[in-house]
Order: sequence, then C-alpha cells, then structure tokens
Amino acid sequence: MAKITDGLTKQAEALLGWVDERLPVTEFWNAHLAKYYAPKNFNFWYYMGSLALLMLVIQIVSGILLAMHYKPSAEEAFASVEYIMRDVDWGWLIRYMHTTGSSFFFIVVYLHMFRSMLYGSHREPRELLWVLGMFLYLLLMAEAFLGYVLPWGQMSYWGAQVIINLFGAIPKIGEPLTQWIRGDYFISDATLNRFFALHVIAIPLALLMVVVLHLAALHQTGSLNPDGIEIKKTKGEDGIPLDGIPFHPYYTVKDIFGVAMFMILFAFILFFWPEAGGLFLEHDNFVPANPLVTPEHIKPVWYFTPFYAILKAVPDKLMGVLLMGASVLILFFLPWLDRSPVKSIRYKGGWYKLLLTIFTIAFVRLGMLGMAEGTPAQTWEMRIWTFAYFMFFVLLFFMSPGARTKDVPERVTH
Amino acid sequence: MERKTIRLLFVAILLLFSSVELSASGSEEIEHSGANITDTASLQRGAKWFMNYCLSCHSVSYMRYNRMAQDLGLSEEMVMENLVFADAKFGDTMEISMRPDHAESWFGNTPPDLSLIGRSRGADWIFAYLRGFYMDETGGWNNTVLPNVSMPHVLWRLQGIQQAVYKTETGESGYSREVFDHFEMVSPGVQTAEEYKETARDIAAFLEYVGEPAKLQRKGVGVWVILFLALFAFLAYLLKAEFWRDIH
Repeated sequence: MAKITDGLTKQAEALLGWVDERLPVTEFWNAHLAKYYAPKNFNFWYYMGSLALLMLVIQIVSGILLAMHYKPSAEEAFASVEYIMRDVDWGWLIRYMHTTGSSFFFIVVYLHMFRSMLYGSHREPRELLWVLGMFLYLLLMAEAFLGYVLPWGQMSYWGAQVIINLFGAIPKIGEPLTQWIRGDYFISDATLNRFFALHVIAIPLALLMVVVLHLAALHQTGSLNPDGIEIKKTKGEDGIPLDGIPFHPYYTVKDIFGVAMFMILFAFILFFWPEAGGLFLEHDNFVPANPLVTPEHIKPVWYFTPFYAILKAVPDKLMGVLLMGASVLILFFLPWLDRSPVKSIRYKGGWYKLLLTIFTIAFVRLGMLGMAEGTPAQTWEMRIWTFAYFMFFVLLFFMSPGARTKDVPERVTH
Repeated sequence: MERKTIRLLFVAILLLFSSVELSASGSEEIEHSGANITDTASLQRGAKWFMNYCLSCHSVSYMRYNRMAQDLGLSEEMVMENLVFADAKFGDTMEISMRPDHAESWFGNTPPDLSLIGRSRGADWIFAYLRGFYMDETGGWNNTVLPNVSMPHVLWRLQGIQQAVYKTETGESGYSREVFDHFEMVSPGVQTAEEYKETARDIAAFLEYVGEPAKLQRKGVGVWVILFLALFAFLAYLLKAEFWRDIH
C-alpha cells in the first residue's frame, strides 16, 4: 500500500515539475500564499478584504445567471425580472443573491475603507494601494448605479434621471453630454441597452483588472496591521519577519471561518429580509418605469445617500455637484492628508479618535438624511454634517504633524 | 483601547438610527393588518374574494393560476371550476378581458395590474385601503387612504355603506381644520365589521403572496441554509483553532 502511494506521490511531483518548467505555479503559490508573510495580529477588520473578493465572485456568478433570463429592453425588462422571480427555477434565489449582494458589497467595502482610516493602511508606502482601492470604489459605484437601472422600475428610471441630469449642470457641454450618455433625448430603451452592456461587460472587466493591480500592490508592500508598524523591519535570521506568518494556511483557514460567519448574515438577509425594509430593494421599484409619473420621493439606494445628502445640502446645482464630487475625490488624497508620524489609531492620541468619530457620525447621518424627504430643518442638518465631513480632512491635515503621539512598540501586540 | 472607542462609536450610530425620522411629512400611521401568508386558509379565502370581486377589472399578469393552485393547496378542478371566470387555461397568467380604453372611459383611469401591489404598497396599506371607502357629500365613493380615487367600493355589499365623520382640530398657528375622525355605518352590509376586517385581511394576505410567491419557500429554504452554514462555521472555527494553536 505504501509503495503505491509513494509511487503516486512521485508521479504527482513529476507532473508538477513538468508544469513548473512551463508555468510558474509553485512559484506563484509560494510568492502569494505559502511563503507570503502577513502580520499575525489581524483582527475583525482584516476579514473585509477577502470578503470583498467573495462578494465580487458572488456578484459575477449570480449576474451571469441573471443575464441568461433578463431582457435588456424597455418593453420587456421589468417583466423579465418578474419572470425570473416567479417562473425561473430558483430565480428568486439568484436575484436576491445579486440584490442583497450589491448592498453587502458596499457594506464590506465601507468597512474595508474604514479599517484603513483606523490603522493607517493607506500611509506610506501603501499610497498606490489606497489609490487603486479608490478606483475600485468608483468602479463599484458606477457598476451599482448602472445595475440599478436594469430592473426598469420607477426608482430605476427616476434615479437614473436625477443622476444623469447632474452632468447637465456642467456649463456648456452639460446638455450634449447628458444626451451622449443616454443615447437619446430622454432615458429610453437605448439608455437601458447601453447600461446593460456597460454593467455586464465594461465595468466588470475594469473591476477585475484593478482588483489584480490592487492585490499586486498589496503583495509588494505586504499588509499593515492594527499596530501600524512594519513587520518587515524585524526579521529573523532566516529572513522571515518575526511577527509574520504564512498567509497559507493561517489566514486561509481564518478567512474561511470569516466567510462562514459572513455568509450566515448574508443568508439571513437574503432569505428572511431581502428588501431590508426598503433599504436594499425599494418599494417604488416594484412599479414599472413610467416616464409620465414622477414618484413622490426620489432617492438613491442607501450606499449613495451620504453623497446625495451633500448634493442636496447646496442650493446651487453646479456647486452641489462639485461639492459632491469633491467629497468622493478628497478620499483619494487621504494618504497625503494624514501627516502623523504614527499610523495606527492606537498610538495617534485622543484627537484622532475624536475626529474619526465625528467623521463617522457625519457620514452615517448624511446617509440617513439623504434618504429623508428633506424638510428645511433636515437641509440645515445636512449642511452641518457636510461641513463636519470636510472639516475632518482639513483638521487631519493641520493637526496630524504636531499632535502628541504615544510610543509605538517595536513588535506587534495583540 | 481602540476597542472601547469602536464600541462607543457603534453605540453612537445606533442612537442616531433610533432617533431619526426618515419620512418627514407625517404619513399617517397605518394600522397593522395582521395578514399572514403562512395561513393557507386565509390565502384561499383571499383568493376567492379576489377572483370574485377584483379580477374582473384588475389583472395580475405575472401570476399563473397553476402556481397559485400549487402554493395554496388547491386542485386543478377546484381552481378551474370555482375561481377561473375568464376564458383562461390552467397555466395562464391572470389576465382580464376588459379593454384599457373602455376602462378609461368608465372609470377615468385604467385599473392597475395588481401583481406587485403587495410589494410596492404592502399588505397593511391594502388592508387600510379596503376599509377606507366611504360615501362622501357628493354621493360618490371616496377613500381616506387614497383620496378621490376613481375606484368604486366594489366590496360595499359586504361591508355596507359608511360615511366619514370629521372633527375640528386647531393647530398651533390658530388655524382650525377638519380632520377625519371615524367612520359611521349608514347602511350595514352582509358582513359584520369583524367579518369584513377578516375579509380585508385575507385579500391583503393574498396580494402579499401574489407579490412574491417565492416568499412561501424562501424562509423554509433559509432555515436549512443557515443551519448548514452554522455547522460549517463551527467546523471552520475548529480548523482555524487547530492551525493557530502554535501562534502566540
């Protein structure tokens, strides 16, 4: 018996050797998994990266299945979605995976970004990693917006109307630009058809490519950790970081556990609360698109509402659009706005905890106000939180260099 | 240390959530309907009322008779003999024979398809709407939930005819206005108030089911999926703990 297995092992090794000479499988495996060293003190926040990758896979797989039954035409789109929900075997499961998936994708990505703000993962030498991540975030927003139009419900139609008209605020080229985006004088079949093409081919391709770059940049510098110190600074005699452990098997098994816990939450929403009270699937989107009837209250899905609130806070349309754009773009510069000598919130001092807390509340609150109908009092509140949102970056820039910090340890803690 | 901060943050966010009023303009609180789509008898009664009173004007073009029969535990004969009045086959969707242009000239409006009313408006709204019909001063039908709706009170023989009673309310600014207070039954119907409430509830439940027939299955599937995932998570945890034993 032992002889047989020995023989088989030898043959497998020979095969791998044959492949390795032609394709660097073992080399790749070692460089990115088995001999890629990650800090041993990752906490909850460090699950989000692998979960974002999981969400991408879920969206692509469920999206392919949806595209097999969905009809990208103004006449048939709404009915084809209902056909998926009712007549396609397990169609409802596929569709809810995709709709719940889009919201969970954003939840994971927001937590992933917040992790960076907690521990300074975007700081030198990981600026490009962060910038590539921001491009992923922009692509994800585009993908979500385009996808939301496809069911061709009232909110799809009128949401698209509002967003596309934002481009109309640009002087001179605004009007022709909106026409160019729509492919028509109003949102129509042509718009839906091209949005479908962009949603299923163009943006996903770009997403996948930037994900590869994002991971390449990550593996170039290695992950940071909750202490915000470089594990590569203290290496053992063998050249391996003393606080590093091989990503595989340690983090692969840990991430499998993270995936399992996450999937429980995901399944709970998917099977028991897929509309999430109108947050994930809006009630008005169960009414077919009707260009003649404007819904009482047009609002984007929750993951856009913080920026939508910033838009609504400004009375002038062009200024609102610019400020909204600035609120997203300013995040690109975060690595250079934070000039603190330490990276992690653990050692930055109380000022940063306070700033980040106010920023987080501002972001969440803006998100809630962006969903609301907009009374004058709410408009004023939006202005206050918009101010707070931008003040975070201003204060960070000016306070970070001089603020008193705590001593950073040499080695990672727990 | 930052664990405490994060916990504080979460508490702050939760507090925010509990205090916010997302819809500012005071849409009146709608009474909870108590519609229960797992109550098959209620769905069957709802289907009966719906087929008899609603389906002549309102289509349900995404719903098939055979799917309804299967989900509601009805046989093909039962459905075809008692519930299908149109010239339809068992596998057809629930269409109406009324032409849209006729409907428009009769009612001033085309009665909407009700496939998804249970999702866009919700069972509670339907429940309130069906109980909100009254005869106004003009002698025509009106509705407190959807004022000046063009739909007549199709179920009046069941509910009877009621009128709205108003009270005067003086606002902070000193303005006084008439607000709806309660209904007064002028001519009782076949059903008592309790019975009619039950009827409205059954129809609301039926329309909620029609809005998403998969709702009946998905929760059942979901329980097994989550049980499986819980077991998987447990095993994954043991695996992780085993690997990580020597990491300090």
